[in-house]
Amino acid sequence: MTADLRTIAGYALREALRRRVLTVVVVLTLAFLGLYWLGVREAFEEVDRLGAVPDLEEETLVGATLVGLAMFVTLFLGTVLAVFLTLSAVRGDAERGLLQPLVVRPVGRTTLLLGRFLAAAAVCVAYVEIVLAAAIVITGATGDWWPSDPELVGVGMGAAVVVVVAIALLGSTVLSTTANGIAVFMVFGAGLAAGLLGQIGEALGSDTLREIAEVASWALPFEALYQSALHTLTAGIDGVTGVAVSLGPFGGAQDASGWLWPFALAYLVATCAAADWIFRRRDL
Amino acid sequence: MASPALALHGVRKRYGRTEALAGVDLEVAEGELVGLLGPNGAGKSTLTKIACGLVRPTSGTATACGRPAGSQAARAATGYLAELFRFPGWATADELLALHQRLARSEGGAGERAELLELVGLADARDRTVETMSKGMQQRLGIAQALVGTPRLVLLDEPTSALDPAGRRLVRGILEGLRERGIAVLLNSHLLSEVELVCDRVVIIARGRTVTEGTPHQLTRPGGVEVDVDGGTRHFPDAGRDEVPEIVARLVADGERIYGVRVVRGTLEDAYLDAVGGTAT
Repeated sequence: MTADLRTIAGYALREALRRRVLTVVVVLTLAFLGLYWLGVREAFEEVDRLGAVPDLEEETLVGATLVGLAMFVTLFLGTVLAVFLTLSAVRGDAERGLLQPLVVRPVGRTTLLLGRFLAAAAVCVAYVEIVLAAAIVITGATGDWWPSDPELVGVGMGAAVVVVVAIALLGSTVLSTTANGIAVFMVFGAGLAAGLLGQIGEALGSDTLREIAEVASWALPFEALYQSALHTLTAGIDGVTGVAVSLGPFGGAQDASGWLWPFALAYLVATCAAADWIFRRRDL
Repeated sequence: MASPALALHGVRKRYGRTEALAGVDLEVAEGELVGLLGPNGAGKSTLTKIACGLVRPTSGTATACGRPAGSQAARAATGYLAELFRFPGWATADELLALHQRLARSEGGAGERAELLELVGLADARDRTVETMSKGMQQRLGIAQALVGTPRLVLLDEPTSALDPAGRRLVRGILEGLRERGIAVLLNSHLLSEVELVCDRVVIIARGRTVTEGTPHQLTRPGGVEVDVDGGTRHFPDAGRDEVPEIVARLVADGERIYGVRVVRGTLEDAYLDAVGGTAT
């Protein structure tokens, strides 16, 4: 099975490379990082011009906010990549006649699906980690602000995009290509919106908004993982600066409960198992 | 007696309220070349897909090479070319066959790939990507793909629909070669002349049921005797081969000059139209 998995994953990776999906993503990402560098430079220069505010660590405020912004964009770009790598993996490829020649081979449907999942997850995780690391380095090198636990932030972000890959793969077993793409982006948007509502609820002290965010976090754990990574980014910032950061668009993230990681893992396994169950019973 | 390479018994398939197959029995022996005919929507492709495990029957049994159709062992012994297939446009012919070798666990290596490309007339297209190939070339590549790993059973669903006459003749040669090597072939085709030329046995299905089957010779009816004489061609519709000497003697006795004699048989197309009711679908 390992050799078959390697074959399928290699096939999926070659497809991404040859179809120039990754080339387009790399070019667009370089453009984003260039713009991000310009923004970071301007923001830190602006802070220097404004002068010191009592008890406020301006570099920390600006640095944490900008890295938070980079995390949001990175997760979005990672999701775009995840969707494009998996949106037609089953039904879309079956409708185009690409899947049948592979499925009739002894490799089996489960291995086929798992290979596609592993390839997409590997590409997306690598992408998210590289872009996030680049953003952190740009921020640190420009404004001399570094997050205290970048590894934990990276782990949370990587896990979040893996969950998106699994959701997109599950969607591909029942939805046509376009419908799946739309559905995954809507699910992603709904998750982010719920997270933002939770942050607003936290700032306003609204239990209803916090409950909405909590339910959304369990239903769509990529959002909870993202929020957890965001919380890790700003958790060590206290005092006036901490209050200022928490009032910003990326500062009110909720800390994850101890159940987040086991739940996210179980969610991932259940999503992949559901995709496999549907795929194995699907007439092609 | 050896078990058949493909055996379907009482196979039914429903898609919601539509009954695609209503209890089909079909066997293909080792080294036998069976043609599957039927109008559009008769259930031919569904039957072929059940044989290779792409579709699960609602009821009935299907075995390929003695194993349940669709099982790993059955898939390992089966080659399949779908009616509507597509290969990734970025792959070269050689890369595509190499991928299928790995998936089929074939150890044939570069030698097998070269041999298959030669067989389907694509030896010069080894490094061409699929997206630069004509539809006919892609169909021949599809046939090569179906033969990777030397399967014992080959299922071909409309393998010549995009081929020109030379390509169809090439495929006929390939099919005859497979039969000589003892490989069983189920050929699903609309090209009756092709089926008539190459198949050992023909099965005609309509509305999900087998309506008739037999060798091409059994299915075609006698069409009488035609004799070319001075005044043109004389047709004796009720006569057969045994009556030819008597007919010729009578004509000569009557002073006719004989230029040619033919024992006529109906075509497979006639038999097909009789079997399916002659309606276009």
